[in-house]
Parts: sequence; C-alpha cells; structure tokens
Amino acid sequence: MSTVDLTPRPVPPPPGPLDAARDTLALVGRSVRRSTRQLDTLLLAVLLPVVLLLMFVYVFGGAISTGMEYVDFVVPAIVLLTAGYGAATTAVDVASDMTNGIVDRFRSMPVPAGAVLTGHVVASLARNAVSTALVVAVALLVGFDPAASAGDWLAAAGVLVVYVLALTWVAVAIGLVASGPEAASGFTFVILFLPYVSSAFVPVGTMPGVLETVARLNPVTPTSDALRALLLGMPVGSTVLVALAWWAGVLVVARVASAVLFRRQR
Amino acid sequence: MEEPVIETRGLRKAYGGRPVLDGVDLTVRRGQVLALLGPNGAGKTTTVRILSTLVAPDGGTARVAGFDVRTEAARVRAALSLTGQYAAVDELLTGEENVRLAARLAHVPRRQVRERAAEMLALFDLTDAARRTVRTYSGGMRRRLDLAVSLLSRPQVLVLDEPTTGLDPRSRAALWDVVRSVVAAGGTVLLTTQYLEEADALADRVAVIDRGVVVADGTAAELKAAVGSAHVELALADGRTERLATDGTVGDVRRVLGEVERRGLDVVHWQVRTPTLDDAFLALTGHDAGTADRTPALATTAQEPR
Repeated sequence: MSTVDLTPRPVPPPPGPLDAARDTLALVGRSVRRSTRQLDTLLLAVLLPVVLLLMFVYVFGGAISTGMEYVDFVVPAIVLLTAGYGAATTAVDVASDMTNGIVDRFRSMPVPAGAVLTGHVVASLARNAVSTALVVAVALLVGFDPAASAGDWLAAAGVLVVYVLALTWVAVAIGLVASGPEAASGFTFVILFLPYVSSAFVPVGTMPGVLETVARLNPVTPTSDALRALLLGMPVGSTVLVALAWWAGVLVVARVASAVLFRRQR
Repeated sequence: MEEPVIETRGLRKAYGGRPVLDGVDLTVRRGQVLALLGPNGAGKTTTVRILSTLVAPDGGTARVAGFDVRTEAARVRAALSLTGQYAAVDELLTGEENVRLAARLAHVPRRQVRERAAEMLALFDLTDAARRTVRTYSGGMRRRLDLAVSLLSRPQVLVLDEPTTGLDPRSRAALWDVVRSVVAAGGTVLLTTQYLEEADALADRVAVIDRGVVVADGTAAELKAAVGSAHVELALADGRTERLATDGTVGDVRRVLGEVERRGLDVVHWQVRTPTLDDAFLALTGHDAGTADRTPALATTAQEPR
C-alpha cells in the first residue's frame, strides 16, 4: 500500500502552448475512444440514413418528379441527414460530461478551458467522416451515379466539413444548457427533421406557399443544392458560397455561445 | 513560520442574493488534515469549489500553496486535486484508460505514463478491473478510481468533498487509510464531511461551519472539551434517563454510583459517557448535524448548489 510515491511534487510552472496542445490531443483521444465504445449510436447513425435512402429510392422516389433519377437527387439529402444526425449526438456527450462531474474535474486541472469540448468536436468530425463514407458507398451500390471531378468531391467534402462543424458546435451549446443527456438527445430529432422542409428531398416549388418560403430560407436548401450540383457535375452558381456563408455564420455564433456557456460560473 | 498551504480570509459568496458563505476564514498548514464539518447547506461545497477555482468568490481572498485562486488559477489547479461528491470518471473508458488520461493531463513524462497508471491502479486495488469499462464498476470502485486519478499528479493539496458519503464501511476504512498515507507522505488534506466520527478519526483540526460561517475551529479534543466534562448516564426502569456529572476518574465514578445507591434508583443500564463531537456540534450550533435543511425554522438557509 505504500510503495507508491505520493510525495507532493513542487507546483509545476504554468502550462505553455505545447502543454495546451498535448492536453487537447489527449482529450481528442478520449472523445474518439468514447465514440468507438458507443457502437449502437454509431450504428444507428449509419443504419438510419441507409434505411431512409432505400425507402426514398424504392418506395417514394418513383412518385417524386425531379427531372432526374431520384437516387441522384436524394443522395445529397441523405448525406446531410447523416452528417447532421452524427453531429447532433455530440449534445448527448457534452450534456453527460456536464452532469456527471467530469467537466468539473477537468476545470479544476491545469487543462486549457474548452479542450474537453474541442475533443468532442474533433471526434464528431471523425465519426461523421466514417458514417458519411459508408452511406455514400451504399448509395453507389443502389445506383447513385455521380459525375464529379476530384475537385468537385473535394469541394463537396469542404462544404460538409463546415456544415458538420457548425452543427456540432450548435450541439455543444445545446449540451451545455441541457438539464441532462436525455434532454439533449431531443435535439438530435430536431436536426433529423431539418432537411425535410428544404430542397433536399423534393423540389421546393412543389410545396404550398408558406412552406415554400420556409424551405427557401432553410440553410439546408442551398447546402443540398450545392452538394447536388457538385456531385452531379452541374453548374453550382452561388449555392456553394451561400451554403458556406450560412454555416460559417452558424459556426461563429455557436462557437461563441458555447465558450460563454462553458465559462459561465455556476 | 511557513506560509499556510490553504488560507482563506473573509470568503463570501451569495447565490441569487442569498449568502452561502458569509466571511469564511480557514488556515491549513502543510501536512495537516482539516475537516470542514457542517450540515447540508452550511457552505462546505461552495468553499471547496472556490478553493478548486470552479467558482469565483464574491469577496475575500483564498490562497492555495501561496497562489491566489482568482489571479493565479492555473497554478492553483496544478497544486490541488479535487475529488467531488460524485465520481468524476469516464463511464465509457476502462479504469486503465481513465488513469492514463489523467497521467497525460498531469504531464507525467510519456514513458512513465503506463508505469504510473499501473501503480495507482494497484494502490487502489483495481488491477483486476483495469481493463473493464467503468460502467461495470461498483460505487466503491468508482470512488477508488476517482481517488487514483486525483492522487496521480501528486498534488500539494488533496480536497475531498464528502468522500465517504454512500460508501460501505470497508471502502470507507480504505479511504481513511489513503488519507493517512497521503499525509504521511507530506501532503495536505482538506475534507468536508457531515460525519463527526470521520472528522474525529482523520482530522488534526476540525472547522465547524454553519450557515456560511466558521463557528468553531480547533482540534477534535478541544471542541469536545468546550462542551464540558463527562457524565454517568443511567437508564432507569421507568424509562427515564438521568445524567450525573463526573470528572471520569475511578474515584469520582464510585462516588456517583454511591449516590445512585443512596437514592435507591432502579437502574437498568448505566455507562460513563464522554462528550462526542455530536454533543459539541449541538452545543456550538444549537442544532443537530445534518438537520439544518430539515428543520422548518431554518428553511430559509440557502441550499448549496451541486
């Protein structure tokens, strides 16, 4: 019981930038590891979009007139839904960290403020890269026929990264204010429904007046238009820039809100 | 004289206009164990949260290892480890992964992380469970892991917030041993407790806190002495209890028992009682420990936030 050295060590000097980077890396590792332990969540994040993809392609798709093969039309919608859902689950992780005392533990250690949140965000990016790749692979199997150049793929990935980052930080903010993991999980459903009232699944022109206006204002509309144009090799127009502007704006607001909420003295 | 390891002066904190701390003065010297004793809502957790830089005080000063909690928070954090009321470990990671993460965050040199983690797991009897996720751990195991994480960085100050609440007697005894080893190695400990027995067993000094104010500060013996001397307690056949004062010596107890015989009291059971910390607490605060939040007259006492 007493062979272990418990002698207090002299108080180390204040942590420098290198320490901060190492701490953040350690916490990224923690969050990624947590993701691999929640296989049910990860599986749902892939299976749910795949089931929806199959439903839309084989059940509803024949009745929806888009002027192109419906599978080609709907894949951007499914990709956005996958990534959005995957990002939203971050809220549950953050809320459970806040309620079980582990955030207090990190805050009482010489670890940079917010590094624990950065860990969750990076893990979300990694999770979504995996699940999106899997969903795209399934889409290719059921007939998705992209006509994108390497540059188009890269641009599409870039739009997706900004979209995932923005939604993940929104999820972080939600997780910080939620009363617990259960409350936070409600947020994932809101995000799940975001693409429905947009141009993701059906052309917005087919919607009744008010809904059409809502759909046109929904940032998912320019985002799915941008992805569709990029993946199918069609003219992108202003969609990519509009989508990027939207999500960059959301990202900044959510990032600042999260920082304020995290620092809030409780 | 050496500077105290923990020093607070006039510490004040209010939540929603209600004072939780109303001028708390504490001094803990190197190698001491200070027990902060008080009922729920007395201000124990708020004091601990200020010392561990989680909450800023409204007024007064607090220094840990010579560093100010407000202006030198990073140094305070490096000097102190907090073990809160709830085991702050990651449920989804294994015990080993939790301890290794703590080692990396404590900047243990990379090559020593494994060794140090294994040592701490062994110290807390968790070697066999090291590869299991914490989700499968019992409450006592979680608390031990939490302590392993806290002590890994070899802090100057170990702060334990109600460390044995909800623990079985064996885990509690094990925790007491750990506190003693920490002190033997030269560490300083501040612990909060509602258990007078715990303060008595572990602490060099006991600070009694009630409604945000330290109402007594001294050794357990001093506090007990403040309450008065021993007495002979008699349980009578008619159900009454009688207490007769004594100084506790053999001769004096014989004298008291002689008096009992002269008065012809029908005694079922008797014992010599020395004052306990419970008695001291009652005498100091006018109410039992642990009842402040249940007594209607005290219903306005501010509740501590978690």
